[in-house]
Amino acid sequence: MSKVENRTDKEVKNDKLGGSIDIRTFTMVGGLILLWIFFTYMTDGTFLSIRNISNLTRQMAIVGVLGSGMVLVIVTGNIDLSIGSLLGFLSGIAAVLMVWNGWGTAMTITAVVLIGITVGMLQGIIVAYLSVPAFIVTLGGLLIFRGGLLGVTKSMSIAPFDESYKYIGQAYVSPLVGVILAIAAIVLIMLLAFNKRRSRLKYNYAVESIPKMMGKVALKATLVLGSVILLNQYRGIPVPVFVMILVMIILTFIAEKTTFGRSIYAIGGNIEATKYSGIKVRKNLVIVFMINGLMAALAGIILSARLNAGTPTAGLNMELDAIAAAVIGGTSMSGGAGKVAGAALGALFMATIDNGMSLMNMDAYWQYVVKGIILVTAVWFDIYTKKKK
Amino acid sequence: MPEYLLEMKHITKEFPGVKALNEVDFKIKKGEVHAICGENGAGKSTLIKTMCGVYPIGTYEGEVVYDNEVQKFVEIKDAEDVGIICIHQELALVPELSVGENIFLGNQPNKFGVVRWDEIYYKTQQLLSRVGLDKSEGAYGAVSPEEKIKNLGIGQKQLVEIAKALSKNTKLLLLDEPTAALTEHEVDILLDIINGLRNEGVTCIYVSHKLDEVMRIADTVTVIRDGCSIATKSIDEITKNDIIRMMVGRELSNLFPREKHTQGDVGFEIKNFNVYHPDIPGKMLVKDISFKAYKGEILGISGLMGAGRTELFSAIYGAFPAKSFGEVYVDGEKVDIKSPIDAIKQDISLLTEDRKRFGLVLGMDVKQNTTLSSLDQVSQYSVIDQNAEIYHAMEFVKFLKTKTPSVEQLVGNLSGGNQQKVVLAKALMTKPKVMVLDEPTRGIDVGAKYEIYKIMNELVDHGVVVIMISSDLEEILGMSDRIVVMCEGEMKGEFGIEEATQEVIMHAATGGSQL
Repeated sequence: MSKVENRTDKEVKNDKLGGSIDIRTFTMVGGLILLWIFFTYMTDGTFLSIRNISNLTRQMAIVGVLGSGMVLVIVTGNIDLSIGSLLGFLSGIAAVLMVWNGWGTAMTITAVVLIGITVGMLQGIIVAYLSVPAFIVTLGGLLIFRGGLLGVTKSMSIAPFDESYKYIGQAYVSPLVGVILAIAAIVLIMLLAFNKRRSRLKYNYAVESIPKMMGKVALKATLVLGSVILLNQYRGIPVPVFVMILVMIILTFIAEKTTFGRSIYAIGGNIEATKYSGIKVRKNLVIVFMINGLMAALAGIILSARLNAGTPTAGLNMELDAIAAAVIGGTSMSGGAGKVAGAALGALFMATIDNGMSLMNMDAYWQYVVKGIILVTAVWFDIYTKKKK
Repeated sequence: MPEYLLEMKHITKEFPGVKALNEVDFKIKKGEVHAICGENGAGKSTLIKTMCGVYPIGTYEGEVVYDNEVQKFVEIKDAEDVGIICIHQELALVPELSVGENIFLGNQPNKFGVVRWDEIYYKTQQLLSRVGLDKSEGAYGAVSPEEKIKNLGIGQKQLVEIAKALSKNTKLLLLDEPTAALTEHEVDILLDIINGLRNEGVTCIYVSHKLDEVMRIADTVTVIRDGCSIATKSIDEITKNDIIRMMVGRELSNLFPREKHTQGDVGFEIKNFNVYHPDIPGKMLVKDISFKAYKGEILGISGLMGAGRTELFSAIYGAFPAKSFGEVYVDGEKVDIKSPIDAIKQDISLLTEDRKRFGLVLGMDVKQNTTLSSLDQVSQYSVIDQNAEIYHAMEFVKFLKTKTPSVEQLVGNLSGGNQQKVVLAKALMTKPKVMVLDEPTRGIDVGAKYEIYKIMNELVDHGVVVIMISSDLEEILGMSDRIVVMCEGEMKGEFGIEEATQEVIMHAATGGSQL
C-alpha cells in the first residue's frame, strides 16, 4: 500500500468510525425514556402495561408511515401539506368502494393505492414541471382532498368494512410468525454486517474491530428480539406496526442505497449542482411525491381498517403530525439531510404524548400544546448542538 | 517607535481537526495599507474574521489589541462600534433594496423611529461620489441612490460595500479578496479609492492573491502560510517573487507547466451558435460563434467579464436558462443537447466557474460528490455499491492529489483548491471526450493551480479536447495552444500561441478587430 493510503486509512478511523455518537438521537431517546418514566409514575404503571405498549405502537404506526414519506419530501427541500387530507379522502374512497359498492378487500386496496400514487404524481408534476412551489400545490391539495372526502362520503361515517380489511388495522401477527421474522431479521443483520466488513477489506478500507462490530450486531439483535418478545406478551406485533416497519426498511434502503435516494439528497443539498451533474431532477421529484401518495394510501387503509369506518374527519391535521415526526427525527427543513428511521422516533414521541396524556385523563387541548412545545424544542436543540460544534 | 492601530498577539484558532491559526502575531500601523498574502487555506480569512468579531472572544486564544486596548468582541457590531469594518468575500447586500437603503441598513437616520429618507439619499449621493460612482471624470459611472442592488454589476456592488463602510466612520477597513470578481478597469478604480482613503487617514487591510495589486497598493505585506505568519515586510524591501516564495515555501521556477502538444483531429466544433438573454427579450448574449477544437491541444477562451463566454458554454452544455441555437459536433458527429444529461451522454463535461453554486453539494462527502454524475458506474440495478464508490473516489483523490483526511469528509470542510479538485474528479469520472474548464483556477492557491495545469496536460495526452475559459491573461498565454477571444458575445479573434501576446489579446478583447 502506498503512503497516501496508509495515512488516509488511519485518519478515516478517527474521522468516521471512531466513537462518533449521534448526540441528537441519544438525547431524543433519553427524553423519550424520561417521558415514559413520567407517564408510568403518573398513571400508576398503566402506561407501561403490556397492553398499553401494544396500543402505543399501534398508535404510532400511521404517523410513522406518513412521516417516513415526509422525510423524503423534506429531504428534497419540499413539503407536502396535503397528505392528511389525502389520507382521509382515500379512506373515504375505500369505504365507498367496499361498503356501498361491495368491492372486495384486494380490489379496494389496489384501487386506493393506485389513486394515492396518481394523486401524488399529479402534485409532483405540478411542482417539478410547472414550477409551482410545493407549499402552494399541496396547500391546494389539502383543501381539495378534504372537500373530496366530504363529497364522496356525503359527510357521513361509512361502515362496516369486511373482516379481511379490518385485519390490516386491528389484527396481530401471530407470536410464532413474529419470532420467526425476528430471527430472520437478526440473521440478515449479521449477514449485512459481515458482508460490509468483507467488502471494505477487499477495497483496503478502514473497518471496525471485530468485537465492536459484534457488539453492535448484538445490540441490534437484542433490540429486535426484545421488542418482538415484549409485543408477544400481549397478542403479537400489531399488523399496522408490521406494515410501518416494512415501509421503513424499504424506504431506508431506497434512501441510502439507491441512485434515486442519492439523487434526492443531492437535490435537497444543491439543486443547481445536481442539475449540472446530469441528474433527472424533475423526474426524481415526481417519484418522491408518488411515494408520498402511496404512504398516504397505506396510512388511509390502516386508519379506516382500525376505525372500521370511513369518516369525514379522518386524517385531519395529520400532515402536521407527519412533518413534526420527520423534524423531531432529525430531518432538516432546509433539505439535504434526514433519516427515514428518524421518523419512527418522532412518531413514537408523538404517540407517547397522545397516549400518556389520555391515560392521565387530561383534556385534549393539552396534547396540542405539549406537542407544539416539543416540536420547537427539538428543532432548537438540533440547532443548538450544531452551533456548538 | 511607530504607532500601531491594531495588534494581534499569539492568535490561535482551531477548528475540529484543523489548526487554522497558530500563534500568529500581527501589527498594523496607523494610516497604512497592509496586505495579507497567502495561499488558500493559509488562514487569511480566519485571521480577518478574528479581527472583526465574526469569531467572538473565547473561540480563539490570544489577544486583539486595538487603539491600545484589548478588545473583546462578542459580535460584529462590537467591532463596528470601534471603527473596524470588514467587507467580506461574499458581499452582504440585500438585492431587493435600493443602494441608499443598503448603505444605511441598520443605522438609518430617523426621528422617533421614522426614517428620514431624504437625508439617506442625500448622504448616499455624497458617499457614492467618494467611491467613484458618480459622473465625474475617470469614475465608474453614475449609480442612482434609489437603484435596486440587484440591477448593479458586481464591480458596482463592491464599491457600494465600500461606501457602506465609509458611512460608518471607519478607522480600519478590512477587504477580503475585494478584486476576485472585478475586471482590470474596475480594479484600477478600486485601488484609486483605497489610495484616497489612505490619504484621508483610513487604515486598510487588503487580503489578496493578486500580487500585482498588492505591489501597487500596499505599504506593508504580511505573508501567512499554514496558519503561521511568515514575515512582515515593507513593500520597498520585497519583490513579487519574494512574496511567492514565502507563500509557497519554495521557489516556483515556472508557474505554467507548458508541454509540447501535437494537434490531432477536430474533436469538437460549434457552428453559428447564438444565445439569448434570459430576461431581456430579443437581446443576444452570444452572437453567431463558430470555432473548432482539436484533440491534443488546449484551446483557451479569453475575454473580459461579460463577454458571453460562460453563457456560451453553459448553453452548449444545455444548462443555460434561456433560448439558444446553433450546431454542435463531437468527433465530427452532430449532437443535440437539451440538458446536462444529454451533454454528459455526448461525453461533454463542464467544470463551472462557480463551484459552490453549480459544482458541489456541500453537505455531501468527497465520495458522494465525486460519483454524482456517474452513479451508473457504481451501481447495479440502481443499487449503489458503496465500496465501489469509495474505491473510485480514492482513485481520484490519488490521481488529483486532493488533500482530504478521507473520502468520507464533507466537501464543505475542504479548502477551495481541494474542493475544485473534487468537482474536477466528478467531471473526469464521466470520462469526457470534451472537457470544458470555466475559470478552473479562480480562487485557488499557487500550488493547486500548478497541479490543475498538469492534469490538463495529462488529459490532452489522453486525447481529450481541453477547452479552458480564463480571465487571467497570463494563464491563457501560459497554457493554451490556441486562443479564441470573445467580446460582447462576438468572436473577435483566433490566435495560435506563437502569435499571441497580452497586447494582441487585450486589443481583441476590448472590441478591436483582429490585428
